[in-house]
Amino acid sequence: MTKAILARKVGMTQVYDAQGRAVPVTVLQAGPCFVTQVKTIRSDGYNSIQLGFGEKKEQRVNRPLRGHFARLKLKPCRFLREFRVLDAAGFTPGQELRANIFEAGDVVDVSAVSRGKGFAGSVKRLGARRGPMTHGSHYHRGPGSMGAVAPNRVFRGRLLPGRMGGQRRTVHKLRVMQSDAERNILLVKGSVPGPRGGLVEVKETVKGT
Amino acid sequence: MDLIKDVEKQYLKEEIPSFAPGDTVKVHVKVVEGARERTQVFEGVVIGRKGSGLKETFTVRRVTYGIGVERIFPVHSPVVDRIEVVKRGRVRRAKLYYLRKLTGKAARIRERR
Repeated sequence: MTKAILARKVGMTQVYDAQGRAVPVTVLQAGPCFVTQVKTIRSDGYNSIQLGFGEKKEQRVNRPLRGHFARLKLKPCRFLREFRVLDAAGFTPGQELRANIFEAGDVVDVSAVSRGKGFAGSVKRLGARRGPMTHGSHYHRGPGSMGAVAPNRVFRGRLLPGRMGGQRRTVHKLRVMQSDAERNILLVKGSVPGPRGGLVEVKETVKGT
Repeated sequence: MDLIKDVEKQYLKEEIPSFAPGDTVKVHVKVVEGARERTQVFEGVVIGRKGSGLKETFTVRRVTYGIGVERIFPVHSPVVDRIEVVKRGRVRRAKLYYLRKLTGKAARIRERR
């Protein structure tokens, strides 16, 4: 059964492992999530589950969605996300998923929308090296050469400053350090994209372990 | 933020003696040598505490054979077995980095009672 859950990023801290080493972790409020729809090859041509997470005021939910939740006798969820699964047989609509679908030692991929950095220069955005800051240099953090003169144009794909962040990013192979079904808390080793309070998707890793 | 405190709570040590910059402490550190584990003592002056909650650390400075040695310990690390306060010192600032420039008599700290 494919494992997936929606969570809210709470923030980071550190914990100590059995060897007494400090491990940086991200605290995730994972669940309670509800399976709001199960799609199978029969019904939709592919296998997937739709998960709902968070709360939303009844009056903020539009009519079609209200019906979607009413059918399952669930409170309206703020977020709905779909996850492809190999086999949807283990899921039933209305089913509740808690943080304990993952346990300590599991390896997960975490996806979220990264923090928007606005219009960023090539040093920050692309990791370009900067010019000398002193010795009369007037070239500090510029993007460098635009290329050869001969073509009389700049080639497509030339790395330049621009909008950075605010894009969906996935961090692969993060180890689950701890999971708490009661409080629905997941501790994941390392950092996770997005701001505190942001929505994140936690899935079993697609990479071999 | 409260949720983070909640998570940290289970890792926090229950008993930590109150100590502040200027105090002389003995830090009992667990050292693993091959299969054996033993305790090593590092004694010196606390020259600062930093951070809060589970991430709090403190810096201990001692001078051995004329060479200043500073070690930073996480307060709640399981590697730190025990902290023993030897002497309370009277100092007027939170970070005693000025001690690094001082030697001998000048580096003394008045005792507090």
